[in-house]
Amino acid sequence: MAQSSDTAAGQVQTSQKHIIRNRVSFLDQTIPTYVSVLGIIGILVIWELLCRLGLVPPLFLPAPSAILGAGWDMLVNGELAQNLLASLYRILIGYALGSLCGIVFGLILGFSRWVDAILNPVVYSIYPIPKIALLPLIILWLGIGETPKFTMIALGVFFPVVINTYSGVRNVDPILIKASVTFGSNYFNVIRKVILPGSLPMIFAGLKLAAGTSLLLLVSAEMIAAQQGVGSMILHYGNLMIIPKLMVGVLILSLLGLLINRGLQWLENKLIPWK
Amino acid sequence: MRIVVENVEKRFVDSKKREVTALENINFSIEEEEFVVLVGPSGCGKSTLLNIVGGLLSPSGGEVYFEGWQDSKPPRLGIVFQEIALFPWRTVYQNIVFGLEEQGMSKAEMKEKGARYIEMVGLKGFESAYPKQLSGGMRQRAGIARALAIEPHLLLMDEPFSALDAQTRTLMQEELLSIWNRTRLSTLYVTHNIQEAVYLADRVIVLSRHPGQIKEIIRIDLPKIGRDQDKHREAFEAYSNQIWQLIRHDAQEALKEG
Repeated sequence: MAQSSDTAAGQVQTSQKHIIRNRVSFLDQTIPTYVSVLGIIGILVIWELLCRLGLVPPLFLPAPSAILGAGWDMLVNGELAQNLLASLYRILIGYALGSLCGIVFGLILGFSRWVDAILNPVVYSIYPIPKIALLPLIILWLGIGETPKFTMIALGVFFPVVINTYSGVRNVDPILIKASVTFGSNYFNVIRKVILPGSLPMIFAGLKLAAGTSLLLLVSAEMIAAQQGVGSMILHYGNLMIIPKLMVGVLILSLLGLLINRGLQWLENKLIPWK
Repeated sequence: MRIVVENVEKRFVDSKKREVTALENINFSIEEEEFVVLVGPSGCGKSTLLNIVGGLLSPSGGEVYFEGWQDSKPPRLGIVFQEIALFPWRTVYQNIVFGLEEQGMSKAEMKEKGARYIEMVGLKGFESAYPKQLSGGMRQRAGIARALAIEPHLLLMDEPFSALDAQTRTLMQEELLSIWNRTRLSTLYVTHNIQEAVYLADRVIVLSRHPGQIKEIIRIDLPKIGRDQDKHREAFEAYSNQIWQLIRHDAQEALKEG
């Protein structure tokens, strides 16, 4: 193993040697991408087998093939597109609203000591409230149309984005701010040219966190008060005990989450090339 | 026992997918109780070489080994990092005994050794401070003590003083020399500072760049202690000059490429 002796004939003197090998090679190990694909395929195959062999009752867990079939039917009769579009519309508007307000507010909160002193306690006391607890109140205020749904999602997105943006701003190296001011930046440009790019990595961490929250709130809001949308669709088929179609909804949510995450990752790579 | 670096080469693929040869045809050895300094212009791969010797990087070819190693346990390597790399969540004492902890040493023995090396590097009274509370020079003392505490068979130092200011650096060089004189560890030391190399080394290995190769190995025939005295000034200058002439061209090229 680590020891190897020189086998040259006749060499009797200290010919022991200990070769030094890289002990941290695990740090830059590269695994081929197909391994991840194989992982998912493997799980699907096992799932299908469990169902085919009758080890799991189809009512509790339908086979992937059954789910796929149900999904195809729903796609053909237009039901899927209708519900998905309704959900996408809500989540897009809510997410955009919440994250935009969150970033702007977080920047101001982080930059101005005054605003920070006044509003920081307010933000931190509203932040821990599970936003779903506010739904009845919001329905009371805004009725049962689309507006309360946007608001719910926007609220859920707003807080993680604010808090991340805020700590991002606070973590910008003061020497960079000093440098920009010496070279003639005014307050606005300090924010735009130094603080905003400096806190982008943290902002994106917040945006990714918020993506999960927004899906959660979307589905909750749709389950409580909506005729259309993936959430109400899941609840509907749950009540009817049509589990394959319910699972289609669940898978759609998983795909949606994956897609949002990938989109944000792509945007992050575009916007933060220096990382 | 000696450490042999045999035909080591290192190639890697850069961001533009071109293959770059960082090191080529590197052959030298470090004798027992020898202080070897690697010096070269930026980008000559001296840190890469130190990392290979330290078992932190695989060579693309060749090997590094301890010749005449009889023990069944692998040799201990003590590394002092340029970035210091103290654990921020451990106190000075806890950092220094880290290697001893990993060896499974008893608490009492750890305490005794820890105290000895804290004393040696002049950190007495700072045992319970956190790295953040120390100055750069003090941090690197702790880094050195951590490497010395395991009583390594080979001490590796990667530009340990390059982040320090010039005055602290001079003092630390003096201290390192006096510490080395007490411990007499086989040492491989990387620097880009020629004076530092001449001041510390038994032998200086001059590397060139593109690819990193050994340009020359220079034995410094001066007494180990007191090289900064007046009577050695001329010889000191001559060695420094000789090394600078070897590096100069490469260093200029490095500057142009940035």
